[in-house]
Amino acid sequence: MTVLLFIEQVLNGLQFGVMLFLMAAGLTLVFGVMGLINLAHGSLYMIGAFAAAAVAGATGSFLLALAAALTAAAAAGALVEMLVMRRLYDRDHLDQVLATFALILIFSETTRWIFGSFPLFLDIPDWLSGPVSLPGGIEYSLYRLAIIGTGLAVAAALFWLISRTRLGIRIRAGESDREMIAALGIDISRLYTIVFALGAALAGLAGAMVGAIQSVQVGMGEPVLILAFVVIVIGGIGSIRGALVGALLVGLTDTLGGLLLPELFKLFMETSSASTTGSALASMLIYILMACVLIWRPRGLFGGSA
Amino acid sequence: MTFKSLVAAACMGLMATAATAQDSSVKVGMITTLSGGGAGLGIDTRDGFMLAMKMAGDAAPEVVIEDDQRKPDIAVQLADKMIQSDKVDVLTGIVWSNLAMAVVPAATAQGKFYLSTNAAPSALAGKGCHPNYFSVSYQNDNLHEAAGAYVKNAGYTNPFILAPNYPAGQDSLTGFKRLYGGDLAGEIYTQLGQTDYAAEIAQIRASGADSVFFFLPGGMGISFLKQYAESGLDIPVVGPAFSFDQGILQAVGDAALGVINTSQWNKDIDNAANATFVEAFQAEYGRLPSLYAAQGYDTANLLLSALASADISDAEAFRAALKAADFDSVRGDFSFAANNHPVQDIYVREVIKEGDIFTNKIVGVALEDHSNVYVDECKM
Repeated sequence: MTVLLFIEQVLNGLQFGVMLFLMAAGLTLVFGVMGLINLAHGSLYMIGAFAAAAVAGATGSFLLALAAALTAAAAAGALVEMLVMRRLYDRDHLDQVLATFALILIFSETTRWIFGSFPLFLDIPDWLSGPVSLPGGIEYSLYRLAIIGTGLAVAAALFWLISRTRLGIRIRAGESDREMIAALGIDISRLYTIVFALGAALAGLAGAMVGAIQSVQVGMGEPVLILAFVVIVIGGIGSIRGALVGALLVGLTDTLGGLLLPELFKLFMETSSASTTGSALASMLIYILMACVLIWRPRGLFGGSA
Repeated sequence: MTFKSLVAAACMGLMATAATAQDSSVKVGMITTLSGGGAGLGIDTRDGFMLAMKMAGDAAPEVVIEDDQRKPDIAVQLADKMIQSDKVDVLTGIVWSNLAMAVVPAATAQGKFYLSTNAAPSALAGKGCHPNYFSVSYQNDNLHEAAGAYVKNAGYTNPFILAPNYPAGQDSLTGFKRLYGGDLAGEIYTQLGQTDYAAEIAQIRASGADSVFFFLPGGMGISFLKQYAESGLDIPVVGPAFSFDQGILQAVGDAALGVINTSQWNKDIDNAANATFVEAFQAEYGRLPSLYAAQGYDTANLLLSALASADISDAEAFRAALKAADFDSVRGDFSFAANNHPVQDIYVREVIKEGDIFTNKIVGVALEDHSNVYVDECKM
């Protein structure tokens, strides 16, 4: 194993982590502020990707496609919040899980009904395609670098929003005591709609950006959703900072584990069984990480102490 | 009424329905994937199968179609329902090997016929073979063996190979290595359903390989090819037909252009049956047929040929009629080996662009009259 390979894998881990952050940020906000488990978050990711593919196919512009993904996912999020979620805030978590699971099925079949069963085409725009040479002779995909950059910019913007703006103050207040801020005259249901739409827009953005390097198809959101739940459990539910740290941890663990574990086992096993054992263990690694973090800090890395 | 008499009455009721079922005409049960991530494959299988049925007119048996959602438990429930309440005589249609493993042994043990339109795991070709089980598509290893033979004949000496970690993925790399036989630059099992291959591509780059063989069906293959093209690597790629099928090529786009893949069928195989099929499929559904559609169409025609020459209530005669494979396959020459798996040519195809549509053209033959290695293990 060379240093170049290692650095390239660290970049891959970062890119994966940043993408997970975009998914997890919305999930953790919705759970933290509204106390709502939203299994349909993966469907919003899918909606973003499909909207981007449809608009890119019609106009040929990737920026318009991204804008369409943000708008479509945010609109779908707001609509879902107003029509369905509102009735679920006072219910048990089990009811929320059932209702949002039903939403997954509804969104999947509606998407298939509109776009068909075959995967759609969404490609990287010319101005972002191809590899770029980094210092040290590393060839790395420009588009993946762009994903890392966008993700970090979104993270910075979210921190600013939560800590510096009036909306952020309200969100944080809603997190601590929703009856009290309602009593102070803040329209709590409007706040919830905004938070939900914001989370949905981030998921849609992740879907559109990742859709260009993966396949845009029905059911693409659910595998990512499971990882996003792992991320917010590790980071501490409701914490944006936790989501960022958790996402980067999961991304790096998953990518580097797959590379390093087989190498590690090769030191004392024969090559073929080392790579089988190593890759089997590597696929469990993030769940082992989650278990360890939970033993050490049962409420996650940045979870509240309440 | 005592419990015993109740049971006796229930048994008599069952016998009565069984007796009436024998009098009615032949019924076929199709279990395939029509919703969820792999729906494109099942829809093509169904459309190819039903096209042949439609062309057969009055000779066609009644077909019951159900969606397995790519879930083994649902496939098993559907098979039970079809056998017990729909009274089907023949089952067919399953796309995925793990679902076939859950359904086929139980169905054949109950005396039903199973004709595979796609999945053909090694476990059902060797020790687990059954006189009532016929694979019309291939044996799972076949296309990978052909890719191994191609890579060897093309003079590559250091391929990097990868496949997902599940039974068909393991069969794939085993099949590739069986006919390639040389040194490997590396061998990786990825996770089933994995969508990001950056880590694997980095390892390929670092390994110094001179070619890449991959088996990543469906969406996994789309992701891999797009990311591979994006990475700036220009080592030649070879794979089995599944990642270059008509249904998904349009989603891969330019990234697939020029890639070599192996298949037992393509739309430009020159015979009358194939020309009729390709034309009729386009006329009926308005799109080009895929490998899965061709396999569905062949399966239906095999069934129709057997129904025309033997009565399904005489299992022995019907089995012999199936084994004779007396139908015009879209693949040209087609016969069954001793373990009811095909003996057929496997072609080398290249991805090309025809107008705006990405498709394949045949550039050579990888293996002629190829059977499978499990024939000797099968005792039936």
